[in-house]
Amino acid sequence: MKILVPVKQAALVEDDFELRDDGRDVDPDFVDLQLNEWDDYSLETALQLKESHDGIEVVAVTVGDDDAEDALRTCLAKGADRAIRVWDDELGDADPVVIARVLAAVAQRETPDLVLAGTQSSDLGFSATGVAMATFMGWPHAAVVVALDYSPGAATATVERELEGGLRQRLEIDCPAVLTIQLGINTPRYASLRGIKQARSLPVEELTPEDLGLEAQDVGEQACGARVRKMYLPEKGQAEMIEGTPAQQAERIAAIVKEVMGG
Amino acid sequence: MAQGILVIAEQRRGVLSPVTQELIGAARAIKNDVGGAVSVAIIARDPASLAEGARLDGVDEVLLLPVTADEFQPDLHVAAAMQAVSERDPSLILAPHSVDGWGYAAALAVQADAGFATDVFAIQVDAGEVTAVRGAYGERAHALLEFPGRDRVLLALRPSAFPAAEGAADSTVTELSVPETAARSRHLEFIDPPSEGGVDIPGAEFILSIGRGVGEEDNVEEFAELAEQMQAVLGCSRPIADAGWLPKARQVGYSGKTASSCKLYLALGISGSVQHLAGMKHVENIIAVNSDANAGIFNVARYGVVGDMFEVSKELRQHFE
Ligand SMILES: Cc1cc2nc3c(=O)[nH]c(=O)nc-3n(C[C@H](O)[C@H](O)[C@H](O)COP(=O)(O)OP(=O)(O)OC[C@H]3O[C@@H](n4cnc5c(N)ncnc54)[C@H](O)[C@@H]3O)c2cc1C
Ligand SMILES: Nc1ncnc2c1ncn2[C@@H]1O[C@H](COP(=O)(O)O)[C@@H](O)[C@H]1O
Repeated sequence: MKILVPVKQAALVEDDFELRDDGRDVDPDFVDLQLNEWDDYSLETALQLKESHDGIEVVAVTVGDDDAEDALRTCLAKGADRAIRVWDDELGDADPVVIARVLAAVAQRETPDLVLAGTQSSDLGFSATGVAMATFMGWPHAAVVVALDYSPGAATATVERELEGGLRQRLEIDCPAVLTIQLGINTPRYASLRGIKQARSLPVEELTPEDLGLEAQDVGEQACGARVRKMYLPEKGQAEMIEGTPAQQAERIAAIVKEVMGG
Repeated sequence: MAQGILVIAEQRRGVLSPVTQELIGAARAIKNDVGGAVSVAIIARDPASLAEGARLDGVDEVLLLPVTADEFQPDLHVAAAMQAVSERDPSLILAPHSVDGWGYAAALAVQADAGFATDVFAIQVDAGEVTAVRGAYGERAHALLEFPGRDRVLLALRPSAFPAAEGAADSTVTELSVPETAARSRHLEFIDPPSEGGVDIPGAEFILSIGRGVGEEDNVEEFAELAEQMQAVLGCSRPIADAGWLPKARQVGYSGKTASSCKLYLALGISGSVQHLAGMKHVENIIAVNSDANAGIFNVARYGVVGDMFEVSKELRQHFE
């Protein structure tokens, strides 16, 4: 059986940054790239299933340009069996709906038994891609999953979703399904040095939307649910900044504490 | 042509979630600019029992959509919402960016072929054109979104970002029938969070909270001591609880506790993610210490210190011996 794990190479914006010339995103010179934090957990969920059952193949897939290959290498280094990267420059403005359509096309080709996406991406945090993907595929889905009980081949899985305030909902879901995995479901492993070395020489399959039977109008700007008109820096809050040496800062904090709390 | 606003109410355990009033408040504020009526869809096994809570100022019509499940179920929820969409043909759909919202909003957007944005905290309407604002990169930038060529847009609204609607109205109540739909998942039970073990975040007046800036588990102890010295209750952000460095009962935020009685919140090494802020941004006195001058936490803090939490902690201890 096969588990498909969609992963994103997320952008970590540096402390001081500038916007791109067109004002529609952060200037890429000011970002570091990293496997989306949530995808560490979904990949780990897949790898743990693989280790406890025979014959499971874990396939990582990303929709991203050359720079996204690193995210896939990280997955391979941790134990994913295969990696697929889909890209074409026309995906440059892709929103979660378009990404989901591409991922669904990959799923149609790979025919997995389970899809484990992340609950959200750490950079743009749409919390939408996994559920949109399931909808394009016509599959059942459950979002914000913190526990999973699943045996390969079973007709259903039991999952727990984490709701507001730490309340959990236990539910049964028909399989195959798309689950979006939440932080804390497990403790993701680190890639071993040996794994990292081996991953360097493993192939990453590269596809275009066209290879997947998608047409320009399925993935171009007009297919997106939204378009960023502009990005801007949030207005600074009202915070009074406490300057000085740490000793002076601490003194002021102590004074505020005593003033507010009394004593 | 599509017209009007459709609000998708949220309910759990037979009670409307507070976010429902916020969605209605948001709808009311832009109603005249959008044009058309405001309808609120209640999707539940017994929607009539919840209708009163949605008959609020600005609401023209409450739609009752009975489904065959007591609790949120995505297939039924989307089928019901689609029924309301096809009968009322709204130009704007408002859904909550809540945990259940994450479970269906994207599916509804795809099925309704609507323009779509999540985690929206401001809506503008200009000459009939809807634009929306959301955060990006951990709230360090804001993005203004447009929906070119769309005559229908679904916005999932951030909880606590819009003022709740108040005041009863004599909105009409209409029942629609939902086409028979297979529910491909089944609610089994709710599991309440484990008991607090003496930790009382909601009751605490002074909370000292640590985030990932603490670096490693061994460093946690020094801040536990600092909190004790300062007579503060020790809180934390989610990664600290997920890692098991502190118990879950100390986690402040959307999926943790709310600092309900807090007068003073000292946030050390916490970036200010939306979900953390959900539990503490209302506190009147927030002091944030963060090494990154652009950290989002400074946008809600009353006092800010750009600096190293370890250095500040070391100095602070001398004032509370
Ligand atoms: C459904 C859902 C629910 C969630 N619920 C919650 C919740 O209830 N509570 C919660 O907290 N999160 C929650 N999260 C997670 C949330 O999205 C963030 O991942 C989390 O809040 C980040 O925690 P943090 O600020 O400690 O870490 P980071 O975002 O990593 O920030 C660490 C900060 O420390 C600063 N720093 C580093 N070193 C130092 C130093 N030496 N001195 C000073 N500053 C330093 C950095 O500049 C940075 O700003 C939830 C997420 C989801 C998807
Ligand atoms: N470009 C992408 N390529 C592959 N998977 C993605 C991509 N963007 C988002 N995802 C998946 O969708 C999840 C949620 O992301 P988002 O909807 O952007 O918050 C991620 O954790 C991934 O599993």
